[in-house]
Amino acid sequence: MLYREAGQFKTSYAADQQIFPIRQDRIAIGLILAVAALVVPFVASEYWIKAILIPFLIFSLAALGLNILTGYAGQLSLGSAAFMAVGAFAAYNFMGRIEGMPVLLAFIGGGLSAAAVGILFGLPSLRIKGFYLAVATLAAQFFIVWALTKFGWFSMDSSSGVITAQDIVILGFRFDTPVSVYLLVLTIVVVMALLAKNMVRSSVGRAWMAVRDMDVAAEVIGIRIMHTKLLAFAISSFYCGVAGALYAYAYLGTVEPEGFNLDLSFKILFMIIIGGVGSIMGSFLGSAFIVLLPILLDVLIQDFLTGLLPPSISSNLQLMVFGGLIIFFLIVEPHGLARLWQIGKEKLRLWPFPH
Amino acid sequence: MQFFFEVLIGGLLSGVMYSFVALGFVLIYKASGVFNFAQGAMVFFAALTFVGIQEMGAPFWLALILAFGAMVLLGMATERIVLRPLVNQPHITLFMATIGLTFFVEGLAQGIWGSTVRGLDLGIQDEPIEWLMDKAGILVSSFDLFAAGVAAALVTLLALFFQYTRVGRALRAVADDHQAALSIGIPLQNIWRIVWAVAGFVALVAGLLWGARNGVQFALTFTALKALPVLILGGFTSVPGAIVGGLIIGSTEKLAEVYLGGYVGGGIDSWFPYVMALAFLLVRPEGLFGEKHIDRV
Amino acid sequence: MKVKTIALLVAAAASAGVSGSVLAQAKEQFIGLPSYRVGPYAAGGSGIYGGWIDYMTLVNERDGGINGVKLTWEECETEYNNARGVECYERLKKKGATGNTTFQPLSTGITYSVLDKVAQDKIPMVTIGYGRTDAADGRVFPWVFPMITTYWSQATGMVKYIGQKEGGLDKLKGKKIVYLYHDSAFGKEGIPVLEKQAAKHGFNLKTIPVAHPGNEQQSQWLTIRQEKPDWVILWGWGVMNPTALKAAAKTGFPREKMVGVWWSGAEEDTVPAGDAAKGFTAAGFNVAGTNYPVVKAIQDNVYKKNKGNMEDKSRVGSIYYNRGVVHGIITVEAIRVAQEKFGKGKPLTAEQARWGFEHLHIDAKRLKELGAEGFMPDLAITCADHEGSGKVKFQQWDGKAWKVVSDWVDADKEMVRPMIEESAGKYAKEKGLTLRDCAKEG
Repeated sequence: MLYREAGQFKTSYAADQQIFPIRQDRIAIGLILAVAALVVPFVASEYWIKAILIPFLIFSLAALGLNILTGYAGQLSLGSAAFMAVGAFAAYNFMGRIEGMPVLLAFIGGGLSAAAVGILFGLPSLRIKGFYLAVATLAAQFFIVWALTKFGWFSMDSSSGVITAQDIVILGFRFDTPVSVYLLVLTIVVVMALLAKNMVRSSVGRAWMAVRDMDVAAEVIGIRIMHTKLLAFAISSFYCGVAGALYAYAYLGTVEPEGFNLDLSFKILFMIIIGGVGSIMGSFLGSAFIVLLPILLDVLIQDFLTGLLPPSISSNLQLMVFGGLIIFFLIVEPHGLARLWQIGKEKLRLWPFPH
Repeated sequence: MQFFFEVLIGGLLSGVMYSFVALGFVLIYKASGVFNFAQGAMVFFAALTFVGIQEMGAPFWLALILAFGAMVLLGMATERIVLRPLVNQPHITLFMATIGLTFFVEGLAQGIWGSTVRGLDLGIQDEPIEWLMDKAGILVSSFDLFAAGVAAALVTLLALFFQYTRVGRALRAVADDHQAALSIGIPLQNIWRIVWAVAGFVALVAGLLWGARNGVQFALTFTALKALPVLILGGFTSVPGAIVGGLIIGSTEKLAEVYLGGYVGGGIDSWFPYVMALAFLLVRPEGLFGEKHIDRV
Repeated sequence: MKVKTIALLVAAAASAGVSGSVLAQAKEQFIGLPSYRVGPYAAGGSGIYGGWIDYMTLVNERDGGINGVKLTWEECETEYNNARGVECYERLKKKGATGNTTFQPLSTGITYSVLDKVAQDKIPMVTIGYGRTDAADGRVFPWVFPMITTYWSQATGMVKYIGQKEGGLDKLKGKKIVYLYHDSAFGKEGIPVLEKQAAKHGFNLKTIPVAHPGNEQQSQWLTIRQEKPDWVILWGWGVMNPTALKAAAKTGFPREKMVGVWWSGAEEDTVPAGDAAKGFTAAGFNVAGTNYPVVKAIQDNVYKKNKGNMEDKSRVGSIYYNRGVVHGIITVEAIRVAQEKFGKGKPLTAEQARWGFEHLHIDAKRLKELGAEGFMPDLAITCADHEGSGKVKFQQWDGKAWKVVSDWVDADKEMVRPMIEESAGKYAKEKGLTLRDCAKEG
């Protein structure tokens, strides 16, 4: 009843091609953004902003990056965390070595550095496919972390090999309260998500999907495989790189190369699988799920089971339930939460008269 | 030169240890097309179960049988609960499901047996063989030789099993073509169960050997990371590939660490095998013995 | 479909309802425990947090708390993961009547991740035997306490011990020492100070990294055999330790000539190596064994009443467990000190507890009262010196247990302290911090 597009006529190409062609979608997105930007900062506690919302947004961005590569261009990668590390360390070096570097430019520089590294490690994708490629991207994962640990230059010769993010100051405004940092992250993530949403609708995105669905066929119809695949690697790594810079600057503050380990890469991969491969929305849903689920389990088990079970069993139970729920979700909805969302929308379209 | 050989032999023998874990991956991938990331967790689970049962006072053989039984149960449960509902899903979904399985198995293992680190003594000395030391001045551990012997026996056993038994023939048929195998009446699910049980057995052997060397602890799951480059180098679908790949990876990794590591500060064996395998793949994208993949439009 | 949807909705609704329960009760001092009981380091996490919890139970059961203030705590599983650690930090921060008293994550990664946050939130972070070494300069890091001893102090202690064994530090000249380290920020920590020590005492230092996780060390040990060093310093972590001991046995290097860092010197590191570990010596700021009054008291007052935290009671008295007891002693004593200033029998805020940590003096007499004589070194924290002791003891694995083989060995403070100040000064400059003037503070 509410969600119906009947009567919404498009009278111009511009109207027909806008990002959200249905009016209700536009209103919903507008509302979500308004709540996120105007309401959340006032109602959410510091805990929610610092420990859940900021990492949720940052991981969403990283998942978005991986989704571009894996979901849209079909190249499986297990090295996202390493590209995040490149972004974080590059941004740190830009800030530390260039006097008066604006922090946003440093983030972009971090993203671009990650993109360059991404292209380099994307080269094998021209020859290798599937799981072979996935394992090959592990080379990137291990090599980058090793290099960042090994060469003191990257951490500007800090004695422990860690980097401590400089303060975020934009146009003289110091982002030091949780709310201001949250708004900054939110802005960056929203802008980049809209860009991505647009990109996957453009010729670039269509070329990616063609390559994903069958690269030989794509080549036959005149898509430049090399160009398309490497572009996917570059843009994906750019997103991961910016996410990595935010991870260091807006979330953790001080990071060590080992923090960007394989587990983090897997976590990001989980986000897109659970959320929905090949869906911008899915990146956000998946990120929310993977960020919240372990915390929820821990809280529930701490609240209800402490005392009933020995502590090590309850901790291991968390891990088992987490693994079990992932399998459960994959079985119940292999296309991810985004697919459920879509089904929901379609149901809503017919509601309340489904026949 | 003598040092070179010493490193080479040491590398080849540690390569055998990698092969054990890679073998488990190959078996499952071959039969069901699943890239089973949980193999490392299975190695851990198997070894921990074995040691746990032994601690309760069971003799070696009984612990071995019970641990194997546990692995068979685990394999069957996995087939029933995880794989069967996911038939015909994309590879990446199955892969993810096995990562979920990894968490589950890790939690299960430590939940049942506790997080204590345990030793495991198979009664084989991990010390250099003396007469080789005296004669050639080359250091070869008797444990490594034993492991190599076990590997040879295991591969022979698997080869015989695949070649001469009814189940083995069915397995090969399934590996060749699921659809065709199904249509001539091979019970696919039975076969999968058997393959998971066999992979569980391989995991147990790997767990015992690795556990005897480094102790039975969570780090056994990391052996999977050592097996992955072996796997891509040898090809996902080849049993001999897993062995040959292991030998190549083991020896080059050691030689590189000793002779090249010094120039870049060392510690390169975390990534060198991967880069090596990658370079190798550029020449042969299916790995050494993998099946050639032909794209048709 | 319907069942699926409902199940998913329930899961989603449940995730939306996360909320912490805040129990405000008087006369309680809350301590948040960011523990880890799963994963590769679960053995360490369960041992240390177990010992710590048992000590706090002891204080509650035997003494009725600290001057009547009962200790309460809650665990939060971090899985040794930085992001989870931050979440735990934020979750625990506001719990209890007066908020979290102190944050001690037992992970260098998490330490780094909350380094800035503890200063903002005014919660003292105590990192005993890990974390950021240069935080020992309390003028730059008022909220961080890398107590008892740091990696740098320990490295100098190891050199001293090796010198003792060789018959004097002057005998080190011309000797060769291999530094076999975990290739990470943790492992690299020892290099700069050992290089300086090598220059000072005239020994040759050769550094050999082992990539994480270190479950294969064939090439490293063949290199060591080639180098023929007099001593090997093992700076390992996790599975790397038993692997190194096994590989040493395999290449015929005497274990008596191997000295380990304190993360190499627990039962978890030697038991898996079996006989290969016999003779291996490791540094430590606490000793193993149940033969100390404080451990006995825990057995009598806690385990006899079935209130112990360890499921495997045989681990009581192990290195990790006793290290947890040390964490407990330091935390409790700091609260006691702070109560003396801010009011006996009153729950403290974290900021007040920080004062307690900064004025913590546990001298030999107090150690004896605590029943921890010889169990841990005496220490005295000041405004400038957040390390407080720098002493380590060496213990040797006899195949079954750790046996103490040295007295407390002091660090080379003349060398370490300037390094700490230099490094901390660099950090202060980068962050634009002004140093605290310790002369002005009491």
